[in-house]
Amino acid sequence: MTQPKMRLSILIPILYTLFLMLPIYWLVAMSFKTTGEILSGFSLFPQTWTFDNYRVIFTDPTWYWGYINSIIYVSLNTVISITVALPAAYAFSRYSFLGDKHLFFWLLTNRMAPAAVFALPFFQLYSAVELFDTHLAVALAHCLFNIPLAVWILEGFMGGVPKELDETAAVDGYSFPRFFMTIFLPSIKAGVGVAAFFCFMFSWVELLLAKTLTAVAAKPIAATMTKTASSAGYELGLLAAAGTLTIIPGAIVIYFVRNYIAKGFALGRV
Amino acid sequence: MTLELRNISKQVGGVCHIKPTTLLLKPGHFNVLLGETGSGKTSLIKLMAGLDPVAGGKILMDGADITALSTQKRNISLVHQFFVNYPHMTVFDNIASPLKLAGISGSELQGRVEEAADILQIRPLLARRPQELSGGQQQRTALARAIVKQSKAVFLDEPLANLDFKLREELREQLPVLFAGRGAVVVYATSEPEEALLLGGETALISDGRVSQFGPTSELYHRPHDFTSANVFSDPPINAAQITKNGTTAHLNPETSWELSGDAAALRDGIYQVAVRPNHVAPVKTQTACVPLTGTVLVTELSGSDSSAHFSIGKDVWVSLAHGVHSYEIGAVHPFYLDPTKCFYFAADGQRVA
Repeated sequence: MTQPKMRLSILIPILYTLFLMLPIYWLVAMSFKTTGEILSGFSLFPQTWTFDNYRVIFTDPTWYWGYINSIIYVSLNTVISITVALPAAYAFSRYSFLGDKHLFFWLLTNRMAPAAVFALPFFQLYSAVELFDTHLAVALAHCLFNIPLAVWILEGFMGGVPKELDETAAVDGYSFPRFFMTIFLPSIKAGVGVAAFFCFMFSWVELLLAKTLTAVAAKPIAATMTKTASSAGYELGLLAAAGTLTIIPGAIVIYFVRNYIAKGFALGRV
Repeated sequence: MTLELRNISKQVGGVCHIKPTTLLLKPGHFNVLLGETGSGKTSLIKLMAGLDPVAGGKILMDGADITALSTQKRNISLVHQFFVNYPHMTVFDNIASPLKLAGISGSELQGRVEEAADILQIRPLLARRPQELSGGQQQRTALARAIVKQSKAVFLDEPLANLDFKLREELREQLPVLFAGRGAVVVYATSEPEEALLLGGETALISDGRVSQFGPTSELYHRPHDFTSANVFSDPPINAAQITKNGTTAHLNPETSWELSGDAAALRDGIYQVAVRPNHVAPVKTQTACVPLTGTVLVTELSGSDSSAHFSIGKDVWVSLAHGVHSYEIGAVHPFYLDPTKCFYFAADGQRVA
């Protein structure tokens, strides 16, 4: 009786993991093949192992600068989003003011509009203030959806900290800024971690705004990848290598915040 | 050191939460704020601590007006009902934090923290973090933080309410010792009349955002000014009914009446309200509890060494609370005996007349 059940309980997770890993495996396997081999037909393992694809990426400035650009504006965006969202979330969590609930909901609705809607006005606007093709331009544009998200996540974590903690600190003699930095922030550090992770992630994967607002100097890696596909013929091996490298930063970040994210889910804010 | 409230009030969105209140709180004994949940005890403490703005009135500390002074500068301590400590700090750092902010460091800091920890018996826990402690230990940490600095006023907002029974008893005995001789004004909020009696000192009875009476605790217990005060200072709620006074006799209903004495006997004939605490309605006849009442038993409870019974007389529901185990049969008619010397009499406006 128990034997087939046991086998099933092992089989299902194995199948699940297989299906989950298949596309990623395919990408990684492709990155070690030559473009000729990829186009010649189906092969489960690279017949002729090659590191050429990676060598190109790490030596050609148009490639590796794509990564550097992306990392610069993503980090910039994460810092701006969290810095702006912290006081906003505190206000939503601790004070009641006219229209606070509507404002809070309105913040979220910013996430409902497709980024394409904002591409044209942003292009005009950033060109006018001479921010076009800078890292700051992309970082600011991504605040559009990252700040509301960060406010939403942080407000949830702050709501879990009793207001009595604020009062106790005031009674003990902590000034507000000192309380915020030395007592409050450490109490919600999990929330800051989760919010930063999502800001990082959404900014990292966003392509349209990043592509529209840059030309050469701040061109993101994703833009470089799409361009290569169209101009220099089929360089599939190179693209696969670039894709593999694009996954890595996200994987590293998620490893560090994996425990906090579970907490965020428990609060219903992730 | 004194803390004086002059006509302070609090309003939230046009609704009055604390009606103009005047109190003179002195050091050397506990100043108990006694009232039900939601009566305004915490609101009043927050006003005194400067955590909420007053709508009107003045707060004076040692005669100096501190109404506009920020919480940080008032030099006070506060212990909440919930165990509030700084979660990322060790117990030592928690206790030390008010001292550090006051600019104390080095061996003096070390010494004072350890002294406070010794008093509250948490010395072995100093290196731990609050979440590694039990509820009682967490509250001891909060209390240690409250006593470590020489604050002018200490506010204890139902500090024992979330502790289990044994711990509560133990800490309640230690509390007066803890604050004795410190010269601080100690304000203790509680919803339990028994706690107010045990802690003694002076008590302010609070009901519906208003201090109905303020004075020495036993005085309040024995001589409430009005019905509200008598009711606040009774747990379970005080038994109340209408009586008709005729000559020197009080008639509760056609079957029940008793002879009045003292002030009550001198009242003008008419209709009054009588109130008697549940512990003065006995299930057996004694020398003092001698006026028989017959009621139908509705609910009975046995808590520790006390038995209580809710019973109906006409449309009124009364409660009897007595020591020892008494067996009642629900739905049965049972005799109860009222102590006429412990009755309070109130006029139609709620003021006590006898």
